[in-house]
Amino acid sequence: MRSPALDPGARATAAQALSVSVATGAYGVSFGALAVAAGLTPAQALALSALMFTGGSQFALVGVVGAGGSGAAAAATAALLGVRNGLYGLQVAPLLGVRGARRLLAAHLTIDESTAVGTAQPTPVLRRLGFWLTGAGVLVLWCAATALGTVLGDALGDPRRFGLDAAAAAAFLALLWPRLRERAPAAVAVAAAVLATAAVPVLPPGLPVLAAVLAVPLVLALRVGRRDTPPGAPS
Amino acid sequence: MTGWALVLGASAACYGLKLAGHLAPAGWLQRPTTARTAALVTVALLAALVAVQSLADGRAVVVDSRVPALAAAALALALRAPFLLVVVLAAAVAAGLRALGWP
Repeated sequence: MRSPALDPGARATAAQALSVSVATGAYGVSFGALAVAAGLTPAQALALSALMFTGGSQFALVGVVGAGGSGAAAAATAALLGVRNGLYGLQVAPLLGVRGARRLLAAHLTIDESTAVGTAQPTPVLRRLGFWLTGAGVLVLWCAATALGTVLGDALGDPRRFGLDAAAAAAFLALLWPRLRERAPAAVAVAAAVLATAAVPVLPPGLPVLAAVLAVPLVLALRVGRRDTPPGAPS
Repeated sequence: MTGWALVLGASAACYGLKLAGHLAPAGWLQRPTTARTAALVTVALLAALVAVQSLADGRAVVVDSRVPALAAAALALALRAPFLLVVVLAAAVAAGLRALGWP
């Protein structure tokens, strides 16, 4: 048996995991800066990155706190945004097949990026490799970047000047892109983007993203793409 | 709920949600409808995150430098550019346009 490190497939998976980790981790600088600007201490910002470890919820929490929202509203928004990680858990648990302490760790590493890279790999071995490498890589770099961000916060000034907000949008688009090959997901994506945008002026920060999940029953009711490849088939 | 209570309480809630997905009965995803729905929910959330990250400014919807940056990212993805290049390109386009005085 060849070493996985020499396998071209494993190398491609590792390269993808690394680039996702670096790109996402870099964005942690802006999280650290924004958290401190919102009034959290550097230790609290770092604790969020290490313990909450789900960027959407973290940005939502400091956004609500920074906008003067209540702690309960901040916690509720963060938790609601974290619901999707539960859905990711449903998806990745069968791929990983782990128990005990490893399952507890796998749950902690279940985020957008690890799920996206893991599920995008062609074989079961590479799916596990992609999940673990991306989860661990993002965790380490995300925490290091958060620490850096809390220090650089003032020096960096507005993260928008460096286009970090656009980088976040592009990162989510890059994660979405490979899932749009069929009609139903493409219809869901368009409907969800429209719903979320329409909800921005109406709902408190954080909730438009959750409201967009209504795109799924909508598209299923319209039976868009009912002849798409059945689930389980390679995509 | 403020300070450390907020940080630790909200973190515990987020971890609990992650763990719930891992502890759910294995049979849940064996049903094709559940698997399909779960995958579509992921797509909906990611698409909504793209829209909100590129158009929302607090409670307002604005078109600023993020939009051309996202268009550049989409073009790069269509040309099969690697992830990091896509993200750096988007940041560079937004930063460049803002340096030129765009919002």
